[in-house]
Amino acid sequence: MSLLPYLDIGLALLVVVVAVWTIAARDLFTSVVGYVAYGLLLAFVWIRLYAPDVALTEAAVGGGVTGVLLITAGKRLGARKNVAPEAQPGLAFRLLTGVLAALVAGALGAVILMLPDPPPSLAPEAAAAADGAGAGLGNPITAVLMSYRSFDTMLEKMVLILAVVGVWSVGTDKAWGGAPAPFRRPKPYAPMVFLAQMLAPVGVLIGIHIFWTGANAPGGAFQGGALLAAMWMVTMMARLAEPPRIDTQRLRLALVAGPAVFLIIGLAGKVVAGSFFAYPPALAKPIILFIEAFMLLSIAAALPMLVAGPPSERADQ
Amino acid sequence: MTPSVLAGLVGATLVGLGLYGLILHPHPLRKLLAFNLMGSGVFLVFGIVARRGAAAGFRFDPVPQAMVITGIVVAFAASALAVALILRLSEESSRVTLDPEAWTKPDSGDAK
Amino acid sequence: MTAELGTATPGGYLLVLAILLPLAGIILSFTPGGRNAERAALCSTPFGFALACAIAFHVGQGGKPIVYAIGGLPPPLGIALRADGISAVMLIAAAAIVTAAAFYARTKFATPDGIRESRSALTFWILLQAIWAALIIIFVGGDLFNLYVALEILTFAAVPLVCIDGRAETLAAALRYLLFALFGSISYLLGVALFYGAHGTLDISLLAQRVQATPVVWTAAALMTAGLLAKTALFPVHLWLPPAHANAPAAASAVLSGLVVKGSFFLTLRLWFYVLPALPTDKIAAVLGWLGSAAVIMGSIVALRQARLKLLIAYSTVAQIGYLFLVFPLAAGAHAWSAIGWSAGLMQVLAHAFAKAAMFFSAGLLAEALGHDQIARLGGAARALPLTFLSIALGGLSLIGLPPSGGFSAKWLMLQASIASGQWLWSLPILAGSLLAAGYVYRILAPALSDGEVSLELRPKRSHEMIALALTAIAIALGFAPQTFFDFLEIGHPVAAGPP
Repeated sequence: MSLLPYLDIGLALLVVVVAVWTIAARDLFTSVVGYVAYGLLLAFVWIRLYAPDVALTEAAVGGGVTGVLLITAGKRLGARKNVAPEAQPGLAFRLLTGVLAALVAGALGAVILMLPDPPPSLAPEAAAAADGAGAGLGNPITAVLMSYRSFDTMLEKMVLILAVVGVWSVGTDKAWGGAPAPFRRPKPYAPMVFLAQMLAPVGVLIGIHIFWTGANAPGGAFQGGALLAAMWMVTMMARLAEPPRIDTQRLRLALVAGPAVFLIIGLAGKVVAGSFFAYPPALAKPIILFIEAFMLLSIAAALPMLVAGPPSERADQ
Repeated sequence: MTPSVLAGLVGATLVGLGLYGLILHPHPLRKLLAFNLMGSGVFLVFGIVARRGAAAGFRFDPVPQAMVITGIVVAFAASALAVALILRLSEESSRVTLDPEAWTKPDSGDAK
Repeated sequence: MTAELGTATPGGYLLVLAILLPLAGIILSFTPGGRNAERAALCSTPFGFALACAIAFHVGQGGKPIVYAIGGLPPPLGIALRADGISAVMLIAAAAIVTAAAFYARTKFATPDGIRESRSALTFWILLQAIWAALIIIFVGGDLFNLYVALEILTFAAVPLVCIDGRAETLAAALRYLLFALFGSISYLLGVALFYGAHGTLDISLLAQRVQATPVVWTAAALMTAGLLAKTALFPVHLWLPPAHANAPAAASAVLSGLVVKGSFFLTLRLWFYVLPALPTDKIAAVLGWLGSAAVIMGSIVALRQARLKLLIAYSTVAQIGYLFLVFPLAAGAHAWSAIGWSAGLMQVLAHAFAKAAMFFSAGLLAEALGHDQIARLGGAARALPLTFLSIALGGLSLIGLPPSGGFSAKWLMLQASIASGQWLWSLPILAGSLLAAGYVYRILAPALSDGEVSLELRPKRSHEMIALALTAIAIALGFAPQTFFDFLEIGHPVAAGPP
């Protein structure tokens, strides 16, 4: 397998070149497209780092959903005819910033080469805890996310809710309670409709599957949820479904389901298992999957709402 | 050169590139793109730390990888919030800029 | 801090409850929506305050920090929460100021009659609880990545409050704040990655045992500090703060200036005094001290030149934040004077939090009453709004550092520490800052106390004036803090390994 080092170097160079292109592009839209390409390339780098879970998340969330967000933003900004042209920074400023950036990158690179050998790791502890606190999960990352460091994951679900509240708050008072603006112009675009009708059901099944196998194989609620979110967005882009009104009870319940269930089970852990956010040993795996199912729902609901934006008066177009 | 070392250096480069774009570009959406680039560079550094932590029959240390997954979702949420602010700013005014001079009214004293 | 890594000490469970209370409040505010947001926020404040007092009681009774390993799994694999003296004090201060802000904001952010749910009301009440939750985690968190998530919650909650009125100006200020804060978070996170890569743990006490003066650790510390300084708005990365704090609604500004910036400062303390005391930190401490001094001088001078009251108060925040960073040179090491410097730093945090919150409340009342906040047009306003100006005067007293006040205590202790440690140079910015602060407080009060007539568009509510006055009273009362208070602040404060 002597080809692999060359492939690695080639991949690394490609990633850097696309990143440079993203930064250096003159046009906003070009740089957004560059970023989406970059995100997908990065997924390959993650695979080479033996991180399939991260590769899935990067491709789905980092590349896919963020890409939709930025492209939609670029289009909506480009549609404004009244944007004044930006003043470009002068050469001295560019040089100064370039030097600063080079220094930071250089120092960081040097320090990375100086990381200790043998490298410290929590993999032995994770392996030792796999049958205990790890609930016998085959995927150690799921064990970290849902058991060892479940507090972080619960807080992160709250971050999503707060981001939704923040995005909604940016709308106007008049539009409050209504629905966000539709994803596309009114005229239905036939290929898009076809894609949605074919892809969405399959995507939903795959998303649920990725969530389910995440207990023992790469995958989990985040990756599955991102895929479900993408399918919902595809459906909305084809105008087969519309963004819901933000005051609907079902939407709000879907959004809080993940953190609420997590919180309640976390509190109950004190009574049932002796410590907050602990699981009773016999039931740990089913409880974890139960929580993850609700997390799946919340992520699938939150990501499209974050892309859809604040409630808008243009919702009834 | 092992994949981890290579990826680590790529991460360092991306952090530098992202920092450059974040400081330099005047348009907030370009700054946001640069921030995302920087963020992915930071995640790569976590990634090589995870890969180097291969031990006890695992090919990676799961803790940093879990942190990256959390980080990717948080970074997306941040981007969504920033985009909402940028779009609303463009609706409210003709200039999408962070330059404080643009918002100084004549009688409100110094903006700095 | 001794490495007490058992799963929990008595009272440890209170730490989790304290965090979960506002989080539960957010869920109960969001799901049914409408007026429930306000109800959830107001109802949870007394319980949160009680929890903070209970935590302080346990810490004081045991004389050592209380610890809780979440899930019963201790670090390095699990996450620990740890409350020591300064945590407990900050928890109480946060509970007090959030409660004050909640009651102050009841009229402005109440859902209007006839509407089921209002944008600004739902947003305000949810985000206020979120800020509170984030601060609690920051004060009791023991894991660096957990603290990163808390910092993100804090940012996501604070930014939309800045632009809650929807004007282009505030949107731009909020966007600038967000971008600075995101840079701060990502720089912090990069430092975290390097710490993990070097030592395989992110638990603060474990790291303190393992950390060594290698280039990796220095780079990690520098990155984390750069990020935290951006979030704390220390000169020269302070540019985002004045427009953001001055243009937010008064209740939000009070919490932003009083508490939010203290969160990232608190983490800077945790990093340098709890994770890295084994390292020779004197040069970095000096750099932070110099930046702080520059902030004091520059912020005060710019404050003097402001035409708007709220901008003046915001620049005063920039200046007073500078004082906070003098704690690094003045509390370094294990000397006799280090405890004095430590007490000084914490006293400055508390005194500024209460005084600044009160000033923003008062400025808000003033702006509503007069319809503007132009200092030049304040002639005679003190006669029309006596209680409001009393709050401003007393708050100003603390900011200047005149006795008796918490501000005076803080600056007096700083002077003591700087002289006892032979670093008498720091006394210059401390004294200069007081003089300049006297200047800008005089700028507000002189026209207000002069002859003149103002017409009031609105009479401020007595209860609101009393809230502002109560906070200033606390700022003044801090000046009478007994020695036991300062001893309490020392609980859990790690002593450095050796002479720097």
